[in-house]
Amino acid sequence: MLVTNLAILVLAGFVGYAVISKVPNTLHTPLMSGTNAIHGIVVLGGILLLVEGLADGTLNKILLVIAVAFGTINVVGGFLVTDRMLEMFKAKPKDEIEAASTEEGTA
Amino acid sequence: MIASFVTDPSFRSILYIVAFGLFIYGLSGLTGPKTAVRGNRIAAVGMGVAVIATLLVPHINNIVLIVLGVAIGTAVGVPAARRVKMTQMPQMVALFNGVGGGAVALIAWVEFRDSHGFADVPTYVAIFSVFAAIVGSVSFWGSNVAFGKLQELIDGGSKVIGSAQIQSMINVVLGAIAVACGTAIVAGSDSELLMIALLVSAGLLGIFLVLPIGGADMPVVISLLNAFTGLSAAATGVALNNTALIVAGMIVGASGTLLTQQMAIAMNRSITSVIAGGFGGTIEAAAGATSASGGTVRSTSAADVAIQMAYARLVVVVPGYGMAVSQAQHAVREMAKLLEAKGVEVKYAIHPVAGRMPGHMNVLLAEADVPYDQLREMDDINGEFSRTDVALVIGANDVTNPDARNKPDSPIYGMPILNVDESASVIVLKRSMSSGYAGIDNPLFVNPKTSMLFGDAKGSVADITEELKAL
Repeated sequence: MLVTNLAILVLAGFVGYAVISKVPNTLHTPLMSGTNAIHGIVVLGGILLLVEGLADGTLNKILLVIAVAFGTINVVGGFLVTDRMLEMFKAKPKDEIEAASTEEGTA
Repeated sequence: MIASFVTDPSFRSILYIVAFGLFIYGLSGLTGPKTAVRGNRIAAVGMGVAVIATLLVPHINNIVLIVLGVAIGTAVGVPAARRVKMTQMPQMVALFNGVGGGAVALIAWVEFRDSHGFADVPTYVAIFSVFAAIVGSVSFWGSNVAFGKLQELIDGGSKVIGSAQIQSMINVVLGAIAVACGTAIVAGSDSELLMIALLVSAGLLGIFLVLPIGGADMPVVISLLNAFTGLSAAATGVALNNTALIVAGMIVGASGTLLTQQMAIAMNRSITSVIAGGFGGTIEAAAGATSASGGTVRSTSAADVAIQMAYARLVVVVPGYGMAVSQAQHAVREMAKLLEAKGVEVKYAIHPVAGRMPGHMNVLLAEADVPYDQLREMDDINGEFSRTDVALVIGANDVTNPDARNKPDSPIYGMPILNVDESASVIVLKRSMSSGYAGIDNPLFVNPKTSMLFGDAKGSVADITEELKAL
C-alpha cells in the first residue's frame, strides 16, 4: 500500500508539473486560487475521520469540526473566487462589440 | 445489495480516481481563457465526487458534526469569495491557503490523539503525519501573517528580531525543535506535549519566516506557502491511504513550486534570499552610492501626452502596482478605448511580478474589460518595443530599469525587464521622483526620450482622456 501510494505521489508530482507549466503567466492568479481550492481537499481527511467514527472524545471532535470548516472555506471560497476571476477573462467584449457594430450598420 | 455495492471500498477508490481525473482535466483547461471557466468548474465537480465518495461508508457516524463543519465553512467562504475586491485577491488566496494548512495540521493532531501517539499504526503513517503537521502549521501561521501584511494589518516592511543573522538562527532553532519533536513521536513517544510543542514551534517558524519579507516579495511567498499546503495535503493522503488527497496535494505542490521558481527568476532573486528577508542593508548602501547619476528629468503635460499618443501607431501600456494602488485600471481602459477609436493599436506589457501575486495585474486589467489578447507577457512584447511609438509606464519602476541590462554592479542586474527604452518615446506616470521598491535609481527617467507626468495615476489618466476627447 505504501509503495503504491508513493508511486502515485511521484507520478502526480510530474503530471502536475507538466500540466501547470502550460498555463500562461496571464492566468497565474486564477491558477493559483484554483489549485488553492483543490488542496482544500484535506477536508476529506476531516470528514473521513468523523464519518468512520474513528475519533472519539470531545476535543477530537471539536478539532475535526474546525478542520472540516477550514477545509470547506478553502474549497468553496477557492472555487468561487476563481470562477469570478475567470469569468472576467472570457472574451465577452467581442460579442458586445460585434453586436454594437451590427446595430450601427443597420441603423 | 446496492447499499453494499456503493459502500464497497473498491467503489470508493474508483470514485477517487474519477475525482482526481477531473482535477487534472479541469486544470489543463486553465491553459487558455476560453476553456478556463469550464476547467475550474470541472475541478469543482471532481471535488464534489470526492466528498460524496468519502461519505459512502456502511455506517455514517457524526453526520451532524460534518454538516455543521461544512455549514460553517460555507457560511464564511461564500460571502468572502463573492465580496472580495480584485485588488485584494492576494490576501484572499493567502487566507484560503492558510485555512487549508490549518486543516492539515489539525487532522494530523487528531490522528496522533486517536492512534495513541501513532502506536496503533505503521511507522510510515507516523512519519507522513508528522511531516503534514509541521508543514501544515508553518503554512497556516505563515499565510495568516502574509494576509495581515497584504491587508495592512501588520506593517508591510521588513521586520526581523535583532539582525537578519539572529533571525535566521532563531528560525533554524525553531525548525530543529519541530523536527526533534517529530522524530521523538515517530520513534514511539506518545506524549501529547511533544505534539503540541511541534505544532507551536512550526507555527512560530511560519510567522518568523514571513514577517521579514517585504511587500514586493509577496508573489514568491504566496506561491511558496501554496506549495507547502499542497505537499502537506499529499502527506496527509499517504497517512490516510487516500489517493484523491495524494494526487490533488501533489498537483498543488508542483504548481506552487513551479510558480515560486518563476517568480524568483522574474525578480532576479534566489528563493533562499527572499526567505532570508528583504533587500537588506547592503543594497541600500549601494543605492546611496549610485544616486549621483544626475541627468535632467523632463516633465510634460496631459495635453502633450494626449497629442503624442493620438498620432501614434502603437502604444504599449506598462502597468505596475502603482496603477493598481490608485485603482486606475478602469480609467486606463477608458483611455485605451478612445485611442483605439482613433486607430491607435494598444497593447499591455505585463511583467511577471507586476502586482502582489503571480498574474495579479492581468486579473485587474481583465476586471476593467481589457481584452485578453491585448495582455502581453514580457517575452512576447519585448520584441515589439522597437516598433512602439509611445510606451506609457503607469506606476511601474524597477521592472523598466535599464540598469538591469547594462550595469553589472546594480542590485537588480540580470533581472528580466521590459525594454521600454527601445520604444520611440517613453511617458512615465509617477507620483513623485521617489525610487522604487528596491530603492535604486532608474536611468530611464533621465533618458532624453522620456518625459514624466507627475501626479496620481488615476487623475493623470483621466486628464489625458479628457484631452483626447477634446482632440
